[in-house]
Amino acid sequence: MSIIIDRRLNAGKKSTVNRQRFLQRHHKVIHKAVQDALSQRSITDIDRGDNIRIPRKDLSEPVFHHGSGGRSEQVHPGNRQFHAGDRIKRPPGGGGQGTGDGDASNQGEGEDQFAFEISRDEFLDYLFDELELPNLVRKELKDATEFRMHRAGFTTKGSPERLNIVRSLRAAHARRIALSGKERKQIRELKRQLRELQVNPDCNDPEREEELRLEIQALNRRLRRMPFIDEFDLRYNSFTKLPLPSSKAVMFCLMDVSGSMTQSIKEIAKRFFLLLYLFLQRNYEAVEVVFIRHHTEARECNEQDFFFSRETGGTVVSSALKLASEIIAERFPPEKWNIYIAQASDGDNWREDIDRCREILSDQLLPLCRYFAYVEIAEAPQALWHTYQLLGQENEHFASQRIRSQQDIYPVFRRLFAKHPSSLAALRGFGYG
Amino acid sequence: MAERCLLSTGSEWSFELLETYDREIGRLAEQYRIDTYPNQIEIINSEQMIDAYAAVGMPLMYNHWSFGKQFLSNMKRYRRGQMGLAYELVINSNPCIAYLMEENTMPMQALVIAHACYGHNSFFKGNYLFKQWTNADSIVDYLLFAKHYIAQCEEKYGVEQVETLLDACHALMNQGVNRYERQAHLSPEEERHQAREREEYIQRNLNDLWRTIPVKEEKTQVKSERFPKSPEENILYFIEKNAPLLKTWQREIIRIVRKIAQYFYPQRQTQVMNEGWASFWHYTLVHSLYDEGLVNEGFMLEVLHSHTNVVFQPAFDDQRYSGINPYALGFNIYSDIRRICENPTPEDRQWFPDIAGSDWLDTLHFAMQNFKDESFILQFLSPKVMRDMRLFGIDDNDAHQYLEISAIHDEEGYRSLRQSLSAQYNLGNREPNIQVLDVDVTGDRSMILVHEMHQGRPLDAASTQEILKHVYYLWGFDVSLQSVDEYGKVQQRYWLPDSEQG
Repeated sequence: MSIIIDRRLNAGKKSTVNRQRFLQRHHKVIHKAVQDALSQRSITDIDRGDNIRIPRKDLSEPVFHHGSGGRSEQVHPGNRQFHAGDRIKRPPGGGGQGTGDGDASNQGEGEDQFAFEISRDEFLDYLFDELELPNLVRKELKDATEFRMHRAGFTTKGSPERLNIVRSLRAAHARRIALSGKERKQIRELKRQLRELQVNPDCNDPEREEELRLEIQALNRRLRRMPFIDEFDLRYNSFTKLPLPSSKAVMFCLMDVSGSMTQSIKEIAKRFFLLLYLFLQRNYEAVEVVFIRHHTEARECNEQDFFFSRETGGTVVSSALKLASEIIAERFPPEKWNIYIAQASDGDNWREDIDRCREILSDQLLPLCRYFAYVEIAEAPQALWHTYQLLGQENEHFASQRIRSQQDIYPVFRRLFAKHPSSLAALRGFGYG
Repeated sequence: MAERCLLSTGSEWSFELLETYDREIGRLAEQYRIDTYPNQIEIINSEQMIDAYAAVGMPLMYNHWSFGKQFLSNMKRYRRGQMGLAYELVINSNPCIAYLMEENTMPMQALVIAHACYGHNSFFKGNYLFKQWTNADSIVDYLLFAKHYIAQCEEKYGVEQVETLLDACHALMNQGVNRYERQAHLSPEEERHQAREREEYIQRNLNDLWRTIPVKEEKTQVKSERFPKSPEENILYFIEKNAPLLKTWQREIIRIVRKIAQYFYPQRQTQVMNEGWASFWHYTLVHSLYDEGLVNEGFMLEVLHSHTNVVFQPAFDDQRYSGINPYALGFNIYSDIRRICENPTPEDRQWFPDIAGSDWLDTLHFAMQNFKDESFILQFLSPKVMRDMRLFGIDDNDAHQYLEISAIHDEEGYRSLRQSLSAQYNLGNREPNIQVLDVDVTGDRSMILVHEMHQGRPLDAASTQEILKHVYYLWGFDVSLQSVDEYGKVQQRYWLPDSEQG
């Protein structure tokens, strides 16, 4: 007799452990594949997994099998033209290993790449390897400017327009019941006596009756004097202020594309911008990205041009800052947008331009933006660095860091976006605490 | 024949319908004397099917990265539409577990029930190799034991250690089967009990073998006899029993891999027979349903459509060609046996005097029970099937610049064609024959493996070197391998560690 079982409700996922083992084992290759994949991706397109290709030879499971050579005989179907004894040319690559042979490489489809998919989170993990990214992203931004009122029960104090009538009357009613207990009890008692007097045929005492009536009247008067509603009864709706982060953010990516910026510097910068984007994306509903590249003059451009187009020329940093402030004025009113500016540069600038940069920053940009991060990708401090250092000391939300190599990006990012402004200040200089 | 009413008309299946079909197919199967284990039919979805694929089709399996790799690659190919999933997957166990995909239509489910639950199932129960080598009653319990044991080892000794060991064992899996012996069946409890006993015994015995206290001088002078006395083909077994440095848990894991390899060994030897048998019966059983008026033409059309796909054999020069389709070959041979029994031609009488005109059901059952692919083809491949499939043989000799057509489907070629096709399914030819030749017990404990070349075919050098690393890891001392040709001449040597070369 057969049994029929519905297994569909059992969780699949039986292979989860094996899958992880596979990823762990080939960590290095996958890591490299992910890093390579990054250069082909747009910053805003980070929110998905990826197809990963790694060389098949790295994950072979060898079994003993025949190599080419020797003598073998195979039988094939579908003969049309051959006769026994016919000689045919050896097909290229076909050795003594016939198709009828075992499955030495069971997915051997002439590919030397093993392709599979990884999820978005895995992709990020590999991308920011050993960077504990999730810890960072879990932190909340504490910089909201808008607030939302949120009900939080009732209070006994408040302004008249928040008076809760139902609650107040209910309280008054309760108070009246509570405070009038003694009088009402007395009234009941007196009324009972009065009734007895009236009903009992034996006694006839009108004076006593009158006396009781007066007493009851007096008590009723007292009851009536009790206030219908007292200040004590008043209840007010209570509200608390909840910070409401503005749901929109715009991120300005400023980068120097002058001849001194090499492709590898741009790669580093890209990772930095990417991190910032991710960070903002976790905190805001919508994140827009504006790319501004500049040499001697600045231009808004798309991402492709931003990272890959190359131009020679000098460097006038202020042009980019000026353009950013113009775009903000035009399209991103600061009260509606959280403005983040990230600037990456190798630190080169005309000496004459530096003062101008400083002016634009402190007068126009810094008051408007939520955060300004400057990364200098260079071995030694360059011209811009010193000026920006000064700015950083004056402004809480201005930070600059130097990145020497790929590995520095994340620590720097972490320092830039450290949770507490105090620690930020402490770290900004030299501390690594 | 009395007009019966249809079991169903639409393509939707339901659990009630599955039961009905299973009952009817079971009834018909009984008429054909198909003897099966009880069926356990499980409905699964595509993801579960991919899971099952990854775990070599077993309902439970220990964890290993290679299964994850399998899973990832299948998942990817499935999502891209490069791979269709099997309609079913069936496990040689008692009760016989068959997985059916939820996507199948009702006709497909019926086909699959006939194919897996009655075809494969009866093959597992009836074929001599399975009877001899596998134990359907205890395989699931054994896998459970294996999974737990390996998980425990991972906890105790670390995932990495266990993984390295399993890698090494997997590399030698095909060299981990006994081809000629058979031990008694054991229940899982006995298995556990014996695992403990083995622990003690092996440690005691090993110490004896690897005794380092010098024995009397004269004795060592005489070249002591070879160890092992005769070459050992089951390398994993040899290592499990004799490797000097392995810990007990490592030996047990080697044993587990060995057991599982042994369990799959009959399946690798009966591909054509098994698939052919199942295809023959799904074809016959579904036709019987139709003959009884239980299913309509629409149902048959769909069933025949997938049947044709299953037993389709592209020609050698077709884009889709990837070797002989075991379903097609097996189905053709079984169908032809029936034809030879029922309507023999003079040619059949000459070629198959024993079976021509005999009871087809008797003959078919006999053919299923007592052969493996190699002998089955040698015994039953008829000239008609060779003609129908237009088979031809190619002689590939690296001494020549060309390939030669050795035989085609004609009077002169039948016998030699049948012989080469049979040899093609002989695992002993397909896989290199590698054995443990000698161990230097008294000296440096090095192990010598020997590869006896078949028709001058060498080993694949790169992978061989890789596998030697695994052998070295297991054995713990120097390992060498030599390929020896028919004349006893050593053609190729591999060493590990490499430095010894010279």
